[in-house]
Amino acid sequence: MPADQPHGASAASSLPQAPATTAAPAPPARLAQAALRDVPWEIGVAKPDPAIVVDGVTRTFGGLTAVSVDHLEVQRGGITGLIGPNGAGKTTLFNLLTGFDQPNAGTWSFDGRSLGRLSPHQVARLGVVRTFQLTKALSRLTVLQNMLLGAKDQRGEGFFRSLVPGVWRKQEQANTEKALDLLARFKLDAKKDDFAGTLSGGQRKLLEMARALMSDPKVVMLDEPMAGVNPALTQSLLGHVKDLREQGMTVIFVEHDMDVVRDISDWVVVMAAGKVIAEGPPESISQNQAVVDAYLGAHHDAPLTVEEEDQVLAEAEAAIAREEGTSGEVLSSDGTDREGTQR
Amino acid sequence: MGELLDAFQLGVRAMFAYQAVFFALLAIGLNLHFGYTGLLNFGQIAFAMVGGYGIAISVAQWDLPFWVGVVVGLGAAVILALLLGLPTLRLRADYLAIVTIASAEALRLLFRSVGSSEITGSTSGLFDYNSSFFSLCPWSVSGRFDILGTRWRGSELWVITIGWSIVLLACLLVWALMRSPWGRVLRAVREDEDAARALGKNVYAFKMQSLVLGGVFGALGGMIYAVGTGSQNPDQYQNANTFLAYGALILGGAARVLGPVIGAMLLWFIIAFSDSALAALVSGDNSFFGLFEWGDLLSTTDIAYIRFIIIGLGLMLLMIFRPQGILGDRREVMLDAR
Repeated sequence: MPADQPHGASAASSLPQAPATTAAPAPPARLAQAALRDVPWEIGVAKPDPAIVVDGVTRTFGGLTAVSVDHLEVQRGGITGLIGPNGAGKTTLFNLLTGFDQPNAGTWSFDGRSLGRLSPHQVARLGVVRTFQLTKALSRLTVLQNMLLGAKDQRGEGFFRSLVPGVWRKQEQANTEKALDLLARFKLDAKKDDFAGTLSGGQRKLLEMARALMSDPKVVMLDEPMAGVNPALTQSLLGHVKDLREQGMTVIFVEHDMDVVRDISDWVVVMAAGKVIAEGPPESISQNQAVVDAYLGAHHDAPLTVEEEDQVLAEAEAAIAREEGTSGEVLSSDGTDREGTQR
Repeated sequence: MGELLDAFQLGVRAMFAYQAVFFALLAIGLNLHFGYTGLLNFGQIAFAMVGGYGIAISVAQWDLPFWVGVVVGLGAAVILALLLGLPTLRLRADYLAIVTIASAEALRLLFRSVGSSEITGSTSGLFDYNSSFFSLCPWSVSGRFDILGTRWRGSELWVITIGWSIVLLACLLVWALMRSPWGRVLRAVREDEDAARALGKNVYAFKMQSLVLGGVFGALGGMIYAVGTGSQNPDQYQNANTFLAYGALILGGAARVLGPVIGAMLLWFIIAFSDSALAALVSGDNSFFGLFEWGDLLSTTDIAYIRFIIIGLGLMLLMIFRPQGILGDRREVMLDAR
């Protein structure tokens, strides 16, 4: 994995058993981890230097509450992993943060600037770019055109200015150079003139990430960057994600693979049923009872005892009885009494 | 054999006649909408109608100079595009399709209604609006000219000279736009709107610009048609023309600068050639290898329909064997199959 070489060393020092070793001078890239070391493992805890702050954001689809986050802060310059079972609201939260969806209530801000009611392209222009769970490579554009599209503030994108090549040619050349650099980093430079639709699934993920980087974002939000990517490519993708942090970007990513999450994240936020149920450094998460319950169910590890079974049964019966009793009178299990009340 | 050669000559003549210019401009507009931006405009003929009537009403009804009529027509096309786009371009692609096809028909019915006859002339139409256009002609308007064995009136030549010049300029404009970053964003919008949004592009604004510009091309087509026919009647602007223009676009190759032009020329060649070739076949004593007489099988009135059957068959064969059209890139089209 030659792509991994430069950050192999930093990866070693960032393994989950690191707490003891982080006391030693950590590479600058791990600033976020150092800053987060003393933060308590509590839901909605304040971070030393938050880039994104979410407050009371709720999104309902009909009767279903997809997202209901009371308070969440995302540390600047760190990699924050967002995990949770299917349907936990991770992607919905992503959509809300990037303007692709609007919440029913709540505020959220980036660098102290409210992102409420902004449309997706306005959010992107502020420096918050995202990728998609289902990769959106622009199939009938070449790889290089895909990349150039990512560049910000292009003069040639105005209708009238586009007709005067002199206005945008220089910027275009600079963008092309930058794009070729990035493509070389992502090992896509050989494919630059191919249609993006001919790339493999993993290469599309790489292209999407590289394209997002063209705009020099401050926050990169990756929705399942490793989904459907073969293990060899996963390693190189991981390296690229770590690179982002080393360049000072804030990374938020959704992922299901716990090994990946443990490997690269500085902080992990766990969602279930629309709520944040736990947050903390990666090593804290696997021991968290709420997380284990959310993933595996509360009674996953022990068979029910006879007493517990009786208790569950009694609770169920009581619940049924409550629903049947319309007047709210106390019902006993005695049949004669019930007849009496019916009379 | 001589008849076939005559038919061929008529076909070649039709490739350059003002009808071909009309369809070329309609298809250039559709190419911008559908080929580059992915907008489904099924009412391109409405833009042509407001363009043509812009001239006819301004000149024949309001006694304004011809060039004012051109400005009115173009302005009307811009307004129509804005009206169609404002409510629909934020929604899925289908909504624009529904709204355009409905408003094209609604506009035609409005223009031919009795109530609007004071302005649009209703079904009796409008005349006498192109004299100042022909007064600019440097050669004799009523003269006859023989060019490569085809006969043209001076006025026809003037219309197609201006018409093909506009087509040329439109192609140059599209070419210049499409090699620029602006054109790149349009193609990105065609591929995936959300991806373009996530990259900070105001998709709505780009779609609107595309709709307006394509509509203006359609209006220019309508103007050429209006000065070419010399009379305006709402029923000239049946929405079937939109779909013929789509046929021309796909024939020539969508998302190619010259695709719509080649397609429109070829379409008119096929229409004119099959028309006169079939007419010659039916009228003469031609038999099918001595089995039956063509004249017994077909009457001259059938020909008008049969030529469209031929076009339909041609399009089907094209889709099977060359889905990218004449100028298209097969690699690009095949990507869609996945």
